[in-house]
Amino acid sequence: MIEGLAAIYIFMLAGFTGYEIISKVPVILHTPLMSGSNFVHGIVLVGAMVALGIAETTAQQAIGFIAVLLGAGNAVGGYVVTERMLEMFRPSDKKEKGEDS
Amino acid sequence: METLIQAAYLIAAALFILGLKQMSSPVTARRGILWAGAGMVLATLATFMSPQILDSDQVSINIMLIIIAIALGGGYAWYSGKKVAMTDMPQMIAMYNGMGGGAAAAIAAVELIKASNEAAHDVTGSSTVADMLGADVAILGILGAIIGTISFSGSIIAWAKLDGRLNRSKLLPMQHAINALLAIVTLGFGVAIYFTNSIDTIIIFYLLALVLGVFITVPVGGADMPVIISLFNALTGLAVGFEGYVLGNAAMIIAGIVVGSAGSLLTQLMAKAMNRSVANVFFAGFGTDAVAVSGNGSEGVMKEIQAQDAGILMSFASQVVIIPGYGMAVAQAQHKIWELTQILTEKGVSVKFAIHPVAGRMPGHMNVLLAEAGVPYDMIYDMEDINADFKNTTVALVIGANDVVNPSAKTDSSSPLFGMPILDAIDSDNVIVIKRGRGTGFSGVENPLFFADNTKMLFGDGQKAASELIQAAKEL
Repeated sequence: MIEGLAAIYIFMLAGFTGYEIISKVPVILHTPLMSGSNFVHGIVLVGAMVALGIAETTAQQAIGFIAVLLGAGNAVGGYVVTERMLEMFRPSDKKEKGEDS
Repeated sequence: METLIQAAYLIAAALFILGLKQMSSPVTARRGILWAGAGMVLATLATFMSPQILDSDQVSINIMLIIIAIALGGGYAWYSGKKVAMTDMPQMIAMYNGMGGGAAAAIAAVELIKASNEAAHDVTGSSTVADMLGADVAILGILGAIIGTISFSGSIIAWAKLDGRLNRSKLLPMQHAINALLAIVTLGFGVAIYFTNSIDTIIIFYLLALVLGVFITVPVGGADMPVIISLFNALTGLAVGFEGYVLGNAAMIIAGIVVGSAGSLLTQLMAKAMNRSVANVFFAGFGTDAVAVSGNGSEGVMKEIQAQDAGILMSFASQVVIIPGYGMAVAQAQHKIWELTQILTEKGVSVKFAIHPVAGRMPGHMNVLLAEAGVPYDMIYDMEDINADFKNTTVALVIGANDVVNPSAKTDSSSPLFGMPILDAIDSDNVIVIKRGRGTGFSGVENPLFFADNTKMLFGDGQKAASELIQAAKEL
């Protein structure tokens, strides 16, 4: 478990990291990056699995089930749309092949 | 085993950060999402080994439920994500984001209900949720619950609005006062959870937070949607980070907070591009102001032009700048526009694309659509780079854009758009506006550009108009 001061360090450093990542992004990638960060918080799936895994009563299982359902939707959906969007950001020379459709 | 799982989480967190970092450059972006995806798979698999889950009394049932839920939720998202049209991407992001917020809120609900059960059955009889969880976990858990729930219901509203299922006119009187009151009451119930052990308090708290998310999002105008989606994205990240602390899960904390801070910065960048503070977006209710202003609308008449004439004008131009907006996305006209661009380029016309930072429903939305159609990056210009060039432009072709070329943002201090940086299309020799009808744009603000002397209106569906332009240009 992470506690107290160590957690505050993690919060702070993660905060700086996120700020640093975004600060140099060209506008052209804002949407894919928003989509990508949307995917990354799909990690909530892991927490949802634990919440359902430790559920004891039926009510807790029901809520935990919803949590996993939603978390999995976030993770998988976030990945699929980001991947599809970035698929189009291939360098121009390769682009011609896939564009006939 | 515990150490192995923690190591897996650590690697996953590193992969997320590196993946996001790579996503911030067009060259490495595709590798970035693969890395992040690998991190997600690793973390998910590791969690199945978690002793917290394996030591549960109902381990077999719970694991089965987990697998079913992942299959259902993931399967649905896979299907909908693959199927959705590129133009509908913004609402899909909103929806998946809402799911994440909901998941975080649900995690908090399980923890809070469990703690309140334990507290109620404690021998002392007067234990509270805070006693069971500890002050830090209880506070962050409850905060994450509020934020996650608001993000959940708010994102659903954002999705419904973008998907055209909900009209923004549904606005209560005194909405902002009600929202403020509701927020205070919700927070009050949050505090009450902390100091009591009642399940009812938790249920009411969640219902209030759900309603709050709806009320906050309903009055937000369509033009502000990019900011809202980005903000809910950041909020969900924050909620995930907080619930990560509740569960003692480092991967969730790191990933959640990274997204929270990156999303906050992105939200600010977007709001800045529209010259509106984030608070303004939420509390001003763009649509409501605009309706009041449109009364003293612009004078003059719109001058129509036929596609034939417009095509000729563009074919003999020295430079054409195309300004796409959400209307192009709706009409799916990006492929036709690219075809037109190629024909004009062959005729020796210099063609450029001008993208306003908030064109479309998300920052970069237009770039994605143009990239899909095959437009190379080097033809696409940002607002700062192109604005000075409009003076040398023969024809500015505005397709489906409105507010981002509205000159009243510069000239009319009473306009709700006043102060927003715009594309100076009006400086070109000719402006051709492809538009479906004579009405105002999504924000409801009258646009004097449409009545300007050098502006001609080409009424019709974007795709059809573009086809006609191609036809006209080809015949020459």
